[in-house]
This record gives sequence, C-alpha cells and structure tokens, in this order.
Amino acid sequence: MMETGNDPRVWTRFTPAERIGRSIVYIVSAIAIVWSLQTVEIIPEFLYDAPEQTADLFARMWPFDLKFWPVVWSTLVETFHIATLGTILAILLALPLSFLAARNFTANPILRWIAQFIFVSSRSVNSLIWALLFVAIFGPGALAGVFSIAVRSIGFVGKLFGEALEEAHQGPIEALTATGAPRAAILLKGYWPQAEPAFWSVALLRWDINIRESAVLGLVGAGGIGVALDAALNNLYWDQVGLMLATIFAVVVVTEIVTSFVRSRII
Amino acid sequence: MSASTLARAAFPPDWTKRFVWIGLAIYTVYAISTLDIDGARIARGMANAARLFDRMFPPNLQPDKLELIKDGMIESIQIAILATFVGVLLSLPMGLAAARNLAPPWVSWTARAIIAVLRSFHPVIVAILFVKAVGFGALAGILALIVSTMGFVSKLFAEVVEEISAKQVEAVRATGASFFAVLIFGVFPQVMARFVGLTVYQFDSNLRNSTMVGIVGGGGIGAPLFTAYQRFDYDVVLTILLIIIGLIMIAEFVSARIRRIFQ
Repeated sequence: MMETGNDPRVWTRFTPAERIGRSIVYIVSAIAIVWSLQTVEIIPEFLYDAPEQTADLFARMWPFDLKFWPVVWSTLVETFHIATLGTILAILLALPLSFLAARNFTANPILRWIAQFIFVSSRSVNSLIWALLFVAIFGPGALAGVFSIAVRSIGFVGKLFGEALEEAHQGPIEALTATGAPRAAILLKGYWPQAEPAFWSVALLRWDINIRESAVLGLVGAGGIGVALDAALNNLYWDQVGLMLATIFAVVVVTEIVTSFVRSRII
Repeated sequence: MSASTLARAAFPPDWTKRFVWIGLAIYTVYAISTLDIDGARIARGMANAARLFDRMFPPNLQPDKLELIKDGMIESIQIAILATFVGVLLSLPMGLAAARNLAPPWVSWTARAIIAVLRSFHPVIVAILFVKAVGFGALAGILALIVSTMGFVSKLFAEVVEEISAKQVEAVRATGASFFAVLIFGVFPQVMARFVGLTVYQFDSNLRNSTMVGIVGGGGIGAPLFTAYQRFDYDVVLTILLIIIGLIMIAEFVSARIRRIFQ
C-alpha cells in the first residue's frame, strides 16, 4: 500500500450490498426456523418413550427370519430389474429432450423452455408419488415401478446431460459441418464423443440412486422388495423386516462399490 | 511411420464398448420378458390412463379441500425447514470429523462409516422406523429427513474441507491460535460458500421428500395425498401435485438467488 498514514479507508470483506443480502437471508432463515418450531405439531409424550420403542424394535428384528430368504431373493431380483430398466427407459426418453434443452443445439427458446418444464416436473414429484399414479394406470406390479423410476429420472438425466452438451467445444462440430457432414454424423461424431464420459457418469449415478428408490416403490404396490417389506410391516413380522433391511443395506453397499469401480475405469 | 498407422481409420471401432452395448441390449430384452407385458395389458393400461386423466381434470379447487391442502403443505414446509436446520447443524462437526486433512485417521474413518450407514437407507424406510419409534406425525418425518440431510451434507462437506488450501490454515496456526480459532479463521472462510450451496440444495431435496414421508405416517402433505388417492379423488390428487410442482419451482428459484448472494 502506498497511502498509509492518515488514509481513512477501512478494509471490509463484503460490499454493503453483499452484507445486506446476507443479513436478509440470515434473518429470514431465523424467522422461518422459529415459526416452524412454534407451530409444528410434536407430541412430547411420544418422544419420552422413543428409546424404549427403539430398543423393542431391534429386539423384535433379531434373530432374522432366514426361512423368508427365498421371497427376499426373488423380490430383490425384481427390484434390480425395475431399477435397471427404469434407468434405461429414462435415458431413452431424456436423450432427445436434453438436445432440446441444450442452448448450443436448439436455437428456439420455446422448445428449450418446454424441455426445461418437463425436467422440473419430473424432478419435483417424488418417485413414490409417481408410483401411485402408475399403479393406478397399470395396476400393481413391476411395470408401474419401471415407469415411475423412468419418469422420475428423466429430469435428472436430461438436465445433467443437457449441461454436458452445452459444454461441448464447437471446434470439432464446426469442422464436421465444414466437411458437409449430415446432422446425424455431427451428432454421432461431433457431440457424442465429447459428451460420452458425462453420459456414463450420469447414467451410473442415477442407476445407483434408482437401486435405492426402487426398494421402496413396493410400499405403494409398484413391485420389488418393497411389496414384501410392506406385507411384513403390516403383519408386524419384524424378524422379516430386519432381514430385508439388512439385505437392502448390503445391496446398496455393493452397488456403491460397483459404480465407483466402473466410474474409475471408464471416466 | 509404417503403412498401417498411415492407413488407420478415422474412427477406429472400439470392441469393448460394442460388447457393453450388446450386453445391455440382451439384458434389456431379458428383463422386459420377466415383466410379463402383453398387448392386452398395455391396452387396459391406456384405458385406465384415459379414465385417470378424465377424473383428474379439472383440478378440485373447493375451499374445504384447499384448506386441508394448505395445512398439509405448511406442515411439509416446516418439516423441511426444521430437518434442514438440525441436519446441517449436525453435519458441520460430522463433516469436519470425516475430513482426512483435519481429523486423525481413526476419527475420520469412524465418521465415514457412520455417514455411509446414514446414506444407505431411503428416507421412506428411515421414516417407517421413526414412525414406529416416536409415533405418527411430523416428528417422525423431521427425524427421517435429518438422517438423510446428515448423510448427504456431511459427506460432501468433508470433501469440500479436504480440498482447502493448507497455507491459510498453517498461517493461522503459526500465530499460536487454538484449534477452534484455526477452524473459524483458517477453514470456514474457505468453505463457507460451498457449505451454503450444499445447505440450500439439501433444503430443496428435503422439501421434495417432505411431501412423501406422509405416505408412511411421517406428517405433511403426503397423508392427505395418499388418502385422496385411496378414495379415488384424483382431482384432489392433481391439485396437490400442481401445488407441489409450483412450490418446488419457487424454491429452486429462491435457492439459486441465495447461492448467488453467498458466492
């Protein structure tokens, strides 16, 4: 600093506008928390007896009902199919939409807006709620599960893949256009090689999430291990519930290991 | 340069990738065959879908229904606010403990194991267990979403903390500052923006999940939604779904603004 001595300027970390913005966020958050604490309905008596209830829960779960394993295994396989088929269907539906949403590929703002709206709707409604609707359409079973997983994943896959497309360098695409390549060739040899790593990473990430999600779809009748879980919960067969929870935990761990291994290999 | 390299194709075939694609195609055909889909079922499904949409439109806007929906939505929002607040508060120490550059190995590995367990169950399953433990109502939903908040925020917060520059931390430490002073002046200024980003993102996600925990008894809009569904009041279901979508859109807009303020 050249001007030391009697320079009145004081160093501050934020500009006044930043300070005001931050203060507003802090104050509004504090008000929201106090408001929620005061009006949300919590029955304290239920809380006192929670430790006892929890201990009771685990005592009933152990030992697991191992005779139930064949049912767990067959519903688990169905869960796997629901998650995987749902992810594949989601990708098939989301790919064309992601091109519509990418700014460098689609010039028409209305088309882009339509694609964005589909993405937001797909993501805002939870997979369980999608499952309710598809059970009403297809009846209970794995088909409803596949569709609810697919529709729920469109927004996630489409948004992330559309962003990856927007980041594609224009160089190779202009080079292909200059050779007079048809649009399909530009897509396949210009955009795809640049977006492919992102494509696999998004697909794997969503598959990993969908394995978890498809395990609960059965609670509303959309197939998979959730159906057996729901039945066991309603009948208070906690030893079967325990077995299924342990199985789901193991499957989730294995899925994470597999996806992180595949991701490190291909990306 | 040999002739073969000169003559190589512009886009050489990648056989590993082709096998992956072929394998995926075979799996898809097999898995679809296990779902026992046939023409009759699809046709029946289409007829059901037509009936469903017919009953959905127009959305039900009767004042008594709207009153019920308003109460449920407010409870959902409150569940999301409280779960985010408590969950994020607990994620701070958890994330710091899991960061390998700050905590000793035994602490970080213990914290990582706890986070892995918290992350592995879907919020609905956690909600079922909490409904059994603390009874029906908003509390079970809040506790379930606190678990999923901690799983997500503390994992990513630990990754953010591991990426910080050690120079500022060393500089603060060199002045003889205590561990907490190092945290406040050396670590937090570097991670604050990302932490706020994570919090805001998780709030969006909690808002979405708080509309669902009610299906298993965890409070919020999920209970009226499920009741309306079971009574075939599909016009009420549509009203609720539209309100949820609108709320999430507003929340995403607001959170984008908040993230910009804290950048």
